[in-house]
Amino acid sequence: MSVIIILLIVSILIAGGFLIGFLWGVKDGQFDDATSPAQRILFDNEQSNKS
Amino acid sequence: MNSSKTIVACFHCGNTISDSKILLEEKKFCCSGCKMVYEILQQHDLCNYYEMNQQPGLIQNKTKRSDKYAFLDNKEIEMKLIHFSNQESSHITLYLPQIHCSSCLWLLENIHKVNEGIQSARVNFAKKEVFIVFYHQQTSLRAVIETLDGIGYEPYLSLNEISANGQSKTDRTRWYKIGVAGFCFGNIMMMSLADYLVGTEVIDYKIELFFKIISLVLSLPVLFYSATEFFASAWYGIKNKYLNIDFPVALALVITFIRSIYEITHGSGNGYLDSMSGIVFFMLIGRWLQSRTYQTISFDRDYKSFFPIALNVIKDACITPTEISKVKTNDIVQIHSNEIIPVDALLSKGQASIDYSFVSGESLPVKVNIGELIYAGGKQLEGMLELVVVKEVSQSYLTNLWNNPVFNKKEKPQQSTYDAIGKYFTYAVITIGIIAGLYWWLQGENTLMWNAITTVLIVACPCALLLSQNYTNGNILRVFGLNKFYLRSPEVIEKISRINHIVLDKTGTITHTKGANVKYSGKILSDALTADVASLLKQSSHPASQLVSEYLNIQNSSEVLHFKETEGQGIEGWVNEHHVKIGSPQFIGGEYFNERQGTKVVISIDGVIHGEYTITNKYRFGVTQLLKSLRTKFTLSLISGDNDNELKNIHDLIGKDSEVYFNQTPQQKLDYIANLQTNHYLNVMMIGDGLNDSGALKQSDVGIAVADTGNNFTPSSDGVIDCTKLSQLDTFIKFAIAGKKIILFTFTISAIYNIIGLYFAVQGVLSPVVAAILMPCSSITIILLTYGLTEWLAKYYQLKEVTK
Repeated sequence: MSVIIILLIVSILIAGGFLIGFLWGVKDGQFDDATSPAQRILFDNEQSNKS
Repeated sequence: MNSSKTIVACFHCGNTISDSKILLEEKKFCCSGCKMVYEILQQHDLCNYYEMNQQPGLIQNKTKRSDKYAFLDNKEIEMKLIHFSNQESSHITLYLPQIHCSSCLWLLENIHKVNEGIQSARVNFAKKEVFIVFYHQQTSLRAVIETLDGIGYEPYLSLNEISANGQSKTDRTRWYKIGVAGFCFGNIMMMSLADYLVGTEVIDYKIELFFKIISLVLSLPVLFYSATEFFASAWYGIKNKYLNIDFPVALALVITFIRSIYEITHGSGNGYLDSMSGIVFFMLIGRWLQSRTYQTISFDRDYKSFFPIALNVIKDACITPTEISKVKTNDIVQIHSNEIIPVDALLSKGQASIDYSFVSGESLPVKVNIGELIYAGGKQLEGMLELVVVKEVSQSYLTNLWNNPVFNKKEKPQQSTYDAIGKYFTYAVITIGIIAGLYWWLQGENTLMWNAITTVLIVACPCALLLSQNYTNGNILRVFGLNKFYLRSPEVIEKISRINHIVLDKTGTITHTKGANVKYSGKILSDALTADVASLLKQSSHPASQLVSEYLNIQNSSEVLHFKETEGQGIEGWVNEHHVKIGSPQFIGGEYFNERQGTKVVISIDGVIHGEYTITNKYRFGVTQLLKSLRTKFTLSLISGDNDNELKNIHDLIGKDSEVYFNQTPQQKLDYIANLQTNHYLNVMMIGDGLNDSGALKQSDVGIAVADTGNNFTPSSDGVIDCTKLSQLDTFIKFAIAGKKIILFTFTISAIYNIIGLYFAVQGVLSPVVAAILMPCSSITIILLTYGLTEWLAKYYQLKEVTK
């Protein structure tokens, strides 16, 4: 039965990893402005402005 | 007069052009400003700007002068604007209200191509801010700002934002709290689930103990970190001697936690840790939804944001830009066209035509003669002026209004209806708990007694009320925002639902500040005579003459002989052998034709009165309908700083019985509102636009500022409404009232869940399973109901089909 204890620890550690990832994202300002990154990705690079 | 009327849109800004004289490579522009922006962009290979969106620019028809930003060379002012600087580069964040599309974003982030000294630029679209890093060896702050201005993005610089050091940091703690609460809730639930699923069988003792310990550990950050704001708020309420809605929530959280620890340490059960962290998680999300305020809109502006940063002071024949707080009495200052005068001053040189509409509500510009006083807040329309400062910025007539105690009064912690409900709720729950406890105590069942008391408090947590309030208000704010009606905080929604009287301002609120309706009545004037009248009118700079002249729109003018202007009265002269006399009825004398309201300009030719032009205010689109609808539900009154020329029209609009006051000072407006509140016990909504309404907006229960396009200043208020949406104000009020009903309705639903919970609790048999089922059920029902109902209502009121 002790395998459940190990599984539980592992699962909490993985979830904890996601939590840290989330907090990291918040700290870097990923949630401050949702509009500009969404548009920025659509811009072409310098060379391809002849269409 | 035959201009070809084909509709051509300006390549830069998309405005229609009547005569397409401004051409460049077959591209048509409406003004040289737009063309210039295009040229700059073309020169730096940035024409992609025009490929991403059709006509993405904004009209650039304002004339710019070259030393407009000279004050930025002043080191002191520069230091206040720049928030970081090392040997190489400087950082600055600028607010650009013009940002509106992806083209703006692209252009601004490529601005380094226009000005080599700029290292990088990063746009924050939500805040309409751009963060710029530039090498101050290669370029200067002034050059950076001139570059931005040159391509059509004039930064909004003001004293207020400077004193706050320009650094607006977003509060991210709520995100952290939600993240932590969500993580802990999920994991605690996972472990509790195992316990609920085995039912009556027994899990291995070691595993169960392990589960309990981990659950307990995970609940600590929920209670001591995520839930801190509920405790803080409850404590704040107690300190101010009232019970707010957070108090019973905090109480329930503490009791749940203590009870759970007791159960776990005594091995009698698993406690209610899962329910507790779940409640905290849902409530935090609700608070977040409710607090998504509008980052680009500032609700706390005073006169300082309206004034320029610096003034050109003339000393010993040289001009030095000086920060306005350092401008002293008797300094000579220079004011250019379209600039705001921040001081009370005497005119010493130049032709002054001052627009006071924003300060006093006067709809027509005022002509000021040399040696006369100009009050702070007026805007010079055309030409350069020199003024002698009489009173400094902080002492001027206008800024005196801000010394009124209303502006320094701290907002009292207002008790909302929901706080009141929360209070009675708390009393009721505590009473039920005590009765149940007493009953079991008399039965001699001590364990059951404690069970009953604690579980009653746990299960009756009014978190559902809090949830329905937060989710409903959050969604209402969002719908309002889509419709360009922005509220300072969710509490305003409830205040709107309670109003019963509306006070309106005239100029700029229900009328347009610019432009006027000109109507002619009298004998028909021949084209030749009209041309003569127009020729004479062109000689005068009086605002009324200019409005009529604009209305006539005749280009060619004949020579005017013996021109004579009687100040403030009228003009006369000889045109094409006719003696033409134009002016006020008093000036002309004699009989009049019509009863129409408005400013009158009477035309007399060779001693015969031919007719008169009446100048009336232009009312905003939909105002008539709006006022008609508002009149059925609220009492209205109008208070204006302007003269009473429009009295008759106003009475037609807001009804004969409504009170109407003209020529009111800002202080009188404030006093009028205060009088309605204290002597007539009314909840007053004030709708205004200018600085002269600031006091009244502050004093009223709900102050709504009308924002005109292109004018990004609104006085301090509880809400800002876009002028194009003013006609929908009645719908917004209805929606706010309906919102309150939704909250009360969903609260009733959640009370049913609470009663089910109480049924188990008073018997002392509320198990964690029941709590764990009831809690998410009630939360999810509430969330779905509030969301569904508000969305349905928004559709019903047609607030939903919004074009971005």
